[in-house]
Amino acid sequence: MKQNKYKGWLYLLPAILFLGVFMVYPLIDVVVYSFEEGFSFVTQTKVGTGLYNFRYVLHDTYFVQALKNTFIIVIITVPFSTALALLISLALSSIKPLRNMFQTIYFLPYVTNTLAVGLVFMVLFKKTEYSDGMVNLLIKAFGGEAVDFIDGPYWAKMFVMCLYTIWIVLPFKILILTSALASVKEDYYKAARVDGTRPARIFFRITLPMISPMIFYLIITGFIGAFKAYSDEVALFGTDLNAAGMNTMVGYVYDMLYGNSGGYPSFASAAALILFAVVFTITCINLMASKKNVHY
Amino acid sequence: MTASNTPVNDATEDRYSVLVSEAASARRIRVIKNVLLYTFLIVCALAVLFPFYWMILTSLKTQGAYNAEVTPKFFTLEPTLANYTEAFTAVPLARYFLNTFFFTAVTTLAMMVVIVLAAFAFARMSFPGRNIVFSLFLSLMMIPNELVVITNYVTITSWNMRNTFLGLILPSITSVFYIYLLKENFEQIPEELYKAAKVDGTSDFKYLLRVMLPISKPTLVTITILKVIECWNSYVWPRLITDDKNYYLVSNGIQEIRQNGFGRDNIPAMMAAVVVISVPLVILFLLFRNKIMEGVSRGGTKG
Amino acid sequence: MKIVLDHLTKRFPNRNKKIKEDVIAVDDVTFEIPDGKLIGLLGPSGCGKSTTLNLISGLETPSAGRIFFGDLDVTVLAPENRGVGLVFQNYALYPHLTVEQNITFPLGNLRGKDKLTKEQMHDKAVEAAKLVQIDQLLERKPSELSGGQQQRVAIARALVKTPSVLLLDEPLSNLDARLRLQTREELSRIQKSTGITTIFVTHDQEEAMSISDMIVVMKDGAIHQIGKPQEVYDSPVNLFVAKFLGTPPINVFNGEMRDGKVFIGEEAVLNIKSTENRKVYVGIRPEGFVLASGKEANVLTCDLVRVEVMGRDTSVVSKHAAYTGATIRSIIPSEDVADTSSDKVHFTLKPKKVYLFDAETEETIDFEVR
Repeated sequence: MKQNKYKGWLYLLPAILFLGVFMVYPLIDVVVYSFEEGFSFVTQTKVGTGLYNFRYVLHDTYFVQALKNTFIIVIITVPFSTALALLISLALSSIKPLRNMFQTIYFLPYVTNTLAVGLVFMVLFKKTEYSDGMVNLLIKAFGGEAVDFIDGPYWAKMFVMCLYTIWIVLPFKILILTSALASVKEDYYKAARVDGTRPARIFFRITLPMISPMIFYLIITGFIGAFKAYSDEVALFGTDLNAAGMNTMVGYVYDMLYGNSGGYPSFASAAALILFAVVFTITCINLMASKKNVHY
Repeated sequence: MTASNTPVNDATEDRYSVLVSEAASARRIRVIKNVLLYTFLIVCALAVLFPFYWMILTSLKTQGAYNAEVTPKFFTLEPTLANYTEAFTAVPLARYFLNTFFFTAVTTLAMMVVIVLAAFAFARMSFPGRNIVFSLFLSLMMIPNELVVITNYVTITSWNMRNTFLGLILPSITSVFYIYLLKENFEQIPEELYKAAKVDGTSDFKYLLRVMLPISKPTLVTITILKVIECWNSYVWPRLITDDKNYYLVSNGIQEIRQNGFGRDNIPAMMAAVVVISVPLVILFLLFRNKIMEGVSRGGTKG
Repeated sequence: MKIVLDHLTKRFPNRNKKIKEDVIAVDDVTFEIPDGKLIGLLGPSGCGKSTTLNLISGLETPSAGRIFFGDLDVTVLAPENRGVGLVFQNYALYPHLTVEQNITFPLGNLRGKDKLTKEQMHDKAVEAAKLVQIDQLLERKPSELSGGQQQRVAIARALVKTPSVLLLDEPLSNLDARLRLQTREELSRIQKSTGITTIFVTHDQEEAMSISDMIVVMKDGAIHQIGKPQEVYDSPVNLFVAKFLGTPPINVFNGEMRDGKVFIGEEAVLNIKSTENRKVYVGIRPEGFVLASGKEANVLTCDLVRVEVMGRDTSVVSKHAAYTGATIRSIIPSEDVADTSSDKVHFTLKPKKVYLFDAETEETIDFEVR
């Protein structure tokens, strides 16, 4: 057995190799990049070392716009989607016939290609020279004014953006919440019924506290996911998000790296680190809040 | 505990009849509640299904018919499959398909090999440094992809692997999370089986192949399905690493179609392409509905 | 409060959707529970006893029949309007609330003129907690309590609204053996000190016999026998009741009534007045056996398997060709056991501990000893 002592490492070797090259090294590298000033891809040279990249990014109007967009998306979609998912899950768990069918339908968006369905949303909302799109036709049919939701005013674009984000994130939340609700034992509700507890009190005093760990889990993952929003935006507004004024923080990172305004890994790294810091801080705050509010 | 204040105990005739009628109205309320519940659920279901319906519907309309609509038509009397021919001929949709299929199959397969070996090492083998390495692995779970993608892009570029399948596949071959999930599963298999196999002189590798893998099949299937969905929908990395249409995956293909395909405004043809791209996953979902939903609730988040 | 169940029936749709016929959980049950008594609802699992309890509490509505509390028809009333306290098998304590919050939870539902102030609630909680002797645990969470303490909290929660009826579903089944003994005395004490009509469901006959004022034996949704524990034990109405009560269980032989005698195999074991001839089951309680030398009249001869010494008593394990089970178990006072070296063992029977059941209907046949 002695010569086999290190055999475990052999089994681990592929995983360590891949993780080392594509995860650990990049992690160190991204920090190095972010402090290298004026680094050039072509010449592989830098001008100096310092905080210039961070200063540049924070003063970049595109970044500020991306930051604003991201925060709006987070603040609107996370609470709204969680609340809606809770409502749907509560409704689902209080019916029996057709429950499976509804669950299947609600889960469908999870398994679709974000880009592909984003295109459908674009078609529904977009105004082109040939057709005003379904939504605008409806608006006009009811006597309203057609709005271009894809290339039009900021609020219209943000509206579609949030709608699509909610549509995409709902399935996961509904799934988690229905199984959380199902895990609350029937006896608790029976006990409450014998005591004549009103539905609102049952919900706030029994159901909600019992599923609160899962709700906080959803809020935390929801925040993280919404902060990393990117492909949904591309699906609706195309790859040039800066021009559309709909860029997000992750989009900014990629644009700095590649694409029309790309070629600046140092700026991209600095932006990525700022994003990470923001997400990390918000997650910590969330965790502290959940510790306070989740008992047992 | 003496004086009793329950309704029944101090019930007078009046109070009793109030309670009886209360019970009757409670039954009526329950009926109304059910009607409201189902209405709400149906409305939500329609909102979820509508984009799917619209994309299929539009893909069956001719471009002229679609553009001529002044009020939206929610059905069509002259369905046409011409858009599907268009989708496969005007853009290399079949090519995107094959690419994605190849990419998904190779990535998933390679990943399964890597994570099975690693999970087995963590779950059953003892070697110096095991616990330290495992904690390091766990801490990697917190690292968002956005942070490492920059260097990976630089690495793959400097290896001259842009616009190659290798460049597409290599960075997504390991997943710390799946290693963790599988390790937990392996550990639930009684250690006695391993000891018995050792006594019989079975080699570690043979034991892994003959005992561990068959027992863990449900988890392996779950991981495979989740990875396939992830691969099929991956967009960001392929976009960074490919600009040659011959290496586009479906997501990039869709994006390409959106920007340049079908003369931009042939929306029915676009929708046909979208339908074609969405169908494989929807079929996979309907086939493995329970597996997928269970797998996702155990550890999937979108993307 | 007196409780009357009048032709109560509960049908459920079959879980297997292919079978159209309903499952009848409770089948035309009628009985009356006198005020202030402790009643044990006893039967094997699936006999409908829990459904009966749910019907009384109002959690289920009957398919037919009526329920009266006192003179009041409560059949259509909602659970909260019946004034029942219910204790669940796994207690169903809210894990995120403290003991006091759990106990006061039902009080928080009161509205209008019944509404209580915080102080009143606290006083009531303390009163209920004192009754079940957990008043020093009010600040704890259920997860910090032992099973027995959780049980008491659940009872306190059921009692805090001073219900007219207390219902307990398998109250002791989640406790270990020692706690079970202690808790059942506790239950009996609480019931006596409150005087509340109490019904508890159990599958454990020993539990039911030991504390109930009255037991109701159920099987397949129907009531087989109602009575004081000793009465039911002494004169079971049929083979099922006889077999269900008593540990070790009654010994049942294939036998025959012939010519004024009861035969087991070829041996006549009892002389009876009836001269009817029919096939019967002969049930003999373990304590109904008396060791004999073999020379007496009416002797039952069995093959000795082994003798188990239990201190005060000795258990003689033996076999007989006409026996319906595996081994016969008889309990003999230890001082009577002399010779155990032979491979045969002879018994005479105490007539009062012998029961005859019709071989077809399994109903008890009354007989008198000659």
